[in-house]
Amino acid sequence: MIIRKRLAAGVCGLLATVAVGLLPTPAAAGEPDAQPTPKVELVLDVSGSMRARDLDGQTRMTAAKTAFNEVLDAVPGDVELGIRTLGANYRGEDRQVGCKDTKLLYPVGPLDRNDAKAAVATLAPTGWTPIGPSLLAAADDLKGGDSARIVLITDGEDTCQPLDPCEVARDIAAKGIHLTVDTLGLLPDAKTRKQLSCIAEATGGTYTSVHHTDQLRKRVHQLVDRAADPVVTPVATEGAAECTKAPELKPGLYNDRERFGEHRWYRVDVRPGQELRASVSVAADRAVDNDYGVLLRAVTVHGREIVRGSEAGDGRTDVLSTGLRYPKADEDAPDGSDTPPAETVCLQVSNSFSAPASVKRDPGLPVELAVDVVDGPRAAADPAAFGLGRGWWLLVTLALAGLVGGLVWGWISRWRISVWRTN
Amino acid sequence: MRTLRTLTAALLTAGSLFAAAAPALADDPTPTASDGSPSPGSDGEAPAPTEAGTSFRTAALMLPGQRATADASTGDYLYWAVPLDQGQDATVRAKVKLPESARHGEATWRLDVYDGLRRRQACRYGMQARTVAADATSVELACTLRTVRGWAEPWSDDPLPGRYYLRLTTTEQPQEDLGLPVRAEVTADVTDAGGAHAVDGALAAPLVPGATVSDTQDQAGDDASDSPSPSPSASSASAATAAEPDGGWSSGWWSDRWIWTAAGGVAAALTGIAGYRLTAGRGRPSRVPPGV
Repeated sequence: MIIRKRLAAGVCGLLATVAVGLLPTPAAAGEPDAQPTPKVELVLDVSGSMRARDLDGQTRMTAAKTAFNEVLDAVPGDVELGIRTLGANYRGEDRQVGCKDTKLLYPVGPLDRNDAKAAVATLAPTGWTPIGPSLLAAADDLKGGDSARIVLITDGEDTCQPLDPCEVARDIAAKGIHLTVDTLGLLPDAKTRKQLSCIAEATGGTYTSVHHTDQLRKRVHQLVDRAADPVVTPVATEGAAECTKAPELKPGLYNDRERFGEHRWYRVDVRPGQELRASVSVAADRAVDNDYGVLLRAVTVHGREIVRGSEAGDGRTDVLSTGLRYPKADEDAPDGSDTPPAETVCLQVSNSFSAPASVKRDPGLPVELAVDVVDGPRAAADPAAFGLGRGWWLLVTLALAGLVGGLVWGWISRWRISVWRTN
Repeated sequence: MRTLRTLTAALLTAGSLFAAAAPALADDPTPTASDGSPSPGSDGEAPAPTEAGTSFRTAALMLPGQRATADASTGDYLYWAVPLDQGQDATVRAKVKLPESARHGEATWRLDVYDGLRRRQACRYGMQARTVAADATSVELACTLRTVRGWAEPWSDDPLPGRYYLRLTTTEQPQEDLGLPVRAEVTADVTDAGGAHAVDGALAAPLVPGATVSDTQDQAGDDASDSPSPSPSASSASAATAAEPDGGWSSGWWSDRWIWTAAGGVAAALTGIAGYRLTAGRGRPSRVPPGV
C-alpha cells in the first residue's frame, strides 16, 4: 500500500514536470505593443540670479548651458525632448507681466541637435522665476503622451505667489497624464529646497541639490536617460463608494485617487480554479502625519471578507503598499455550460493616512492598483513536499517496520510449512 | 548470528552511503551564485544594473549574486527587483557611500524588502535601518529573509517564489542634506535551504507582476464593456520574463526528500529480508533425514 502510494506520488511528480515543460509560458502569449515615445521637457530658470558666478568658478547660466549641450549630444534617439525657459524675456519690474514670462524655447519633438544647441546659446539671465506657470505650460506641451518627465532646473524659489508651484504640480499629476517632475536646485537656500522637494514629492519625482557643474551634468543626463526606459503606464479608473457600483477591472495596472479616510471599491471576476492577485500602493504625495496605514480587502458580493492585506508604517515614505492572493477552489461546470460561472470579488482599498489641517485634501492621494489573474495553485495535501519524509527518524522507523514485517512474514511461512507437513 | 551480522552491515552501508549522498544532492538542484563577487554578466546573463528605479513599476531588475549600483540624491527612493525561487535563503545587503560635503546631522537609512505582491517582508536578522552620525562616510544595511516556500496559505504572508523588491532610502535626515549626491550598492546572495524546507503545493505562476493567463483576457473581453481595457499586461509580459532566476523558475517537485524516502524504502526492504531469514533459520533442520 505504502509502496503504491509512493509510486503514485512519483508518477504524479513526473507528470507535473512534463506538463510544466510542455505548457507555454504566459509571457509568450502576449505580443509586445509599440511603446509610446518617451517625452521629456527641460525647464530652465533664466532669471537674473543665474548670473551669479559661484558654481565651480562659472556662472550658474554657463554651467547649465554646458550641461545642456552635453546632454543634447547624448539624448537617446527615441526620446522627444523639448526645452522651456522661465524668466528669459521680461526685464521689467511689473510682477503681473514677469509672472507670465515663460517660453517654449524648443518644442517637444524629434530632436535636431544643432537647432536645440543654437537656441540654448541665445539664453541670457534676465527676469523673474515663475515656476508655477511654467509647470502648467510644460504639462500642456507634453499633452497626448502616455507618460512624460519634466526636469526643472532653478536656483531660486517661485516669485509668483499665490500660485503655489507645489500644488500646481500635484494638480498636474492628478489630471491623468503620468507626469513626473524632477527638480534640481542650484545652490539652493532653505526656501527653494523646500519648494523643490515638495514639487518632486507631489509627482513622485526626485530632488537634487547641485553644488558642482559635474554633478549637474551627470544628473540631467541620468534623468533624461531615465525617461527613455520603457515603463508600464497604469490605466486611470475610479473606484466607487460601494461594491455594487464599483468598476469592473480586468487584469492590469490601474491608478486612482483616494482622499484621507476614504474607501474605494473595485470588482474583479475570478473563475473557479483561478487565483486573484491584487496589490495596492497608496502614495504620500504631500506632508502627512507620521503614522499611517493601508488596507486592501477581498470581499464577496454578500459582504463576507475572504482575505486581506494590510500594512502600516511611520516616518518619511513615498508609498505604502500591500497585496493579497485569493485562489478560488476549482468546481465543476453546471449542466448546460462549458465553464463554471465566475465569482465577482470586491476589492476594497482604504487608507489611514492623515495630515495637518493646513494640508490640502484635494486631489486625493495617488493609488496604484495591480490586478493579476493566474491559474490556481496546486494546494498542499501535506506540509511536506508530496508527503515525502526526511531524516534519520524516518529511516530508522522504516527499517524497524521492515524488520518486524520480515519476522512476521517468516514466522507465518514457517508455521504454514509445519502445518502443511503435519497434514 | 551471521544473519544479524549481514543485517547490521547492510544497515550501516545504506546509512553511510546515504549520509554521503544527502548533502551532495541537497545543494545540487539549484546552482546558486552566492560568492558575492561583482558579476559583470557572465555567459549571456544581463549585466548588473548601474541605475536604480524610483518606484515599484520602474525597479531595476537584477539577479542574485550581482552587485547593482546607482548614483542618486539623498532622499531618493531607490528600487531594485530580484527574482527569488523556492527553497532559497536570501540575504540582501546595501552599502551607501554618503555625501562628502559637510552634513548637518544624523541620518537614518533604511532597506525594505517587498514581495511580488508588494507586501513588506520581515527580516529574520540583519540591520535593516541604521542611524549614522553626520561625519560617517558610509552606511551598511542587511536583511536576511525567511526561506522562500513553494506554497503558502493566502492568509499568511510567507515569502513565495517571485520577484522581490528592494527599497533603499533615508527615512530621517536634516532638511539641509536633502538632494546631496550618494552612491548606493546592493547585492542579494542566495543559499539553498535544503529539503528540510521543501513544502507541498505549488503556485501556478511565480509572484511576478503581469503574470496573467491569456485566456482570462479573451474571456473578459466579451462581457464587461464599460470598463477600460488595460494595455499594460501585454507589454509587461516581456518584463515578466526579463528577470528569472538562474535556469528558470523551479517546478518545485525536486527535493532531497525523494532520496531520504527511497533510502528508507531500501532500508525497510533489507531489514525485512533479514527478519525473514532470522525466522527461517538455516534452511532444513539437519536432523531430518532426507526423503521424509
